[in-house]
Amino acid sequence: MARSVTTQRKLVNTIAAWSIGFLIFFPILWTILTSFKTEATAIADPPVFLAFNWTLENYEVVLERSNYARFLWNSIFIAGGSTLLGLIIAIPAAWSMAFVPSRRTKDILLWMLSTKMLPAVGVLYPIYLIFIKMGLLDSRIGLTVVIMLINLPIIVWMLYTYFREIPGEILEAARMDGATLKSEILYVLTPMAVPGIASTLLLNFILAWNEAFWTLNLTAAKAAPLTAFIASYSSPEGLFYAKLSAASTMAIAPILILGWFSQKQLVRGLTFGAVK
Amino acid sequence: MATQHSRSAARMMMAPAVILLLGWMLVPLTMTLFFSFKKYLPMRGGDLGWVGFDNYIRFVTSSAFWPSVAATLIIVLGVLFITVVFGVLLAILLDQPMWGQGIVRILVIAPFFVMPTVTALVWKNMFMDPVNGLFAHLWQAFGLTPVEWLSQASLGSIVMIVSWQWLPFATLILLTAIQSLDSEQLEAAEMDGAPPLSRFGYITLPHLSRAITIVVLIQTIFLLSIFAEIFVTTQGSFGTRTLTYLIYQRVLESQNIGLGSAGGIYAVILANIMAVFLMRIVGKNLDA
Repeated sequence: MARSVTTQRKLVNTIAAWSIGFLIFFPILWTILTSFKTEATAIADPPVFLAFNWTLENYEVVLERSNYARFLWNSIFIAGGSTLLGLIIAIPAAWSMAFVPSRRTKDILLWMLSTKMLPAVGVLYPIYLIFIKMGLLDSRIGLTVVIMLINLPIIVWMLYTYFREIPGEILEAARMDGATLKSEILYVLTPMAVPGIASTLLLNFILAWNEAFWTLNLTAAKAAPLTAFIASYSSPEGLFYAKLSAASTMAIAPILILGWFSQKQLVRGLTFGAVK
Repeated sequence: MATQHSRSAARMMMAPAVILLLGWMLVPLTMTLFFSFKKYLPMRGGDLGWVGFDNYIRFVTSSAFWPSVAATLIIVLGVLFITVVFGVLLAILLDQPMWGQGIVRILVIAPFFVMPTVTALVWKNMFMDPVNGLFAHLWQAFGLTPVEWLSQASLGSIVMIVSWQWLPFATLILLTAIQSLDSEQLEAAEMDGAPPLSRFGYITLPHLSRAITIVVLIQTIFLLSIFAEIFVTTQGSFGTRTLTYLIYQRVLESQNIGLGSAGGIYAVILANIMAVFLMRIVGKNLDA
């Protein structure tokens, strides 16, 4: 960037951008602040911003009363399990499409993408029925598989775009030096593929963590992850702002942090490599 | 050069993903198609036989159909309009030189990572509640009567909530696209005396057109199937019953599987029309 700007112009930009950024972030900030208030302060009129007695009471209550640990574990199990399972299935597929492309590779990739666009509600009842018949309703395993399947196209695509950037000349050089297929994969390709695999893992963990159609419709008490747990707060008798905020903060905090690390991958992953 | 041997190995490596996705697509879709031609009420008599295209006709002639199409269109178009317009403006702003750019970016992107049920509950209770919500306090501070957002301005409220969720996505993608713009071109235009507005109209906007198209298509696919935001806030009342929500209610709430399945097939067809456009763009990118 060779454009030189006056300090004054830079100051105006800074103030404008920070104000808008603050405004957009405000609902999250407000939720976090409210989680440290007492219930009475949380609905005080006029609202209190920072000058209140900070308390951890809500976190203690949520952790104690609601089996929070189980919902958290379900979220981790389902998001982590579906991502790992997806990677195991997708890595060989993306690998072969990137390095041994055939005439049909492009069609297969596009067809995979099209399955991602299948509206969930269109297959809700069949899946529901299959789940009942197989005893999978309200089970972590069933949900893990479904969420793996809805994210599989994204995983394949992301990996494919990363693998394609690995230069083929390096492979040829390794082969000339007498590397076998196994050592080629282990010592040449894998180290170069790790960053791409890591970002794919990150983005898919986030997507799986926040998935809220199948998690709401296929779970009840046992396998419900945090998305469903939070939704249970919408019933009027359970409505306490400070506790709702504490539960929400705990549900979103890990993902907010992971998400900030994955900004760049987000663009590539969600546009299927069309914008980088 | 790929040998015959490595080709068959490649096919083997692809097989699990292809077979799983094929099953995931074909099995439930075939079942939905099957049910859509039946009168099937699990709670009231079960399978009552074949009815041809009855369900398809009844789904589109029911009094709930057109309002649900209207609600869907308002939400999708409203959110698209807000996120694209503000996304472009925000991306241009974030591309300017400033202090703490990285932090502002983090603040702007944050809403995208909040799970939909949290988003919906926080907005519903802490902002839009007519008694204790922040908006109510704000309105009162100006001597106005608080609005019952989710009943009096239900669709607008949903559009607002969903836009908050998707604005970061649009901004991030448009920002990435803007950053790839050759700044020399803009400088040359500036030196030739082109005013800011024509620089935007003749250089920035055309450069962004592909990114905007992608944002519109991807968001449309996701927006057509938003669920949790409505499930948590209005449960489809006050005119917020979208096509997706209507199908959900037919299937799980009233347990009219035939009718719901017919609706599901309509949704699949609609999504496929959108998908064709998206794939054309993505596919072009594959050749490059």
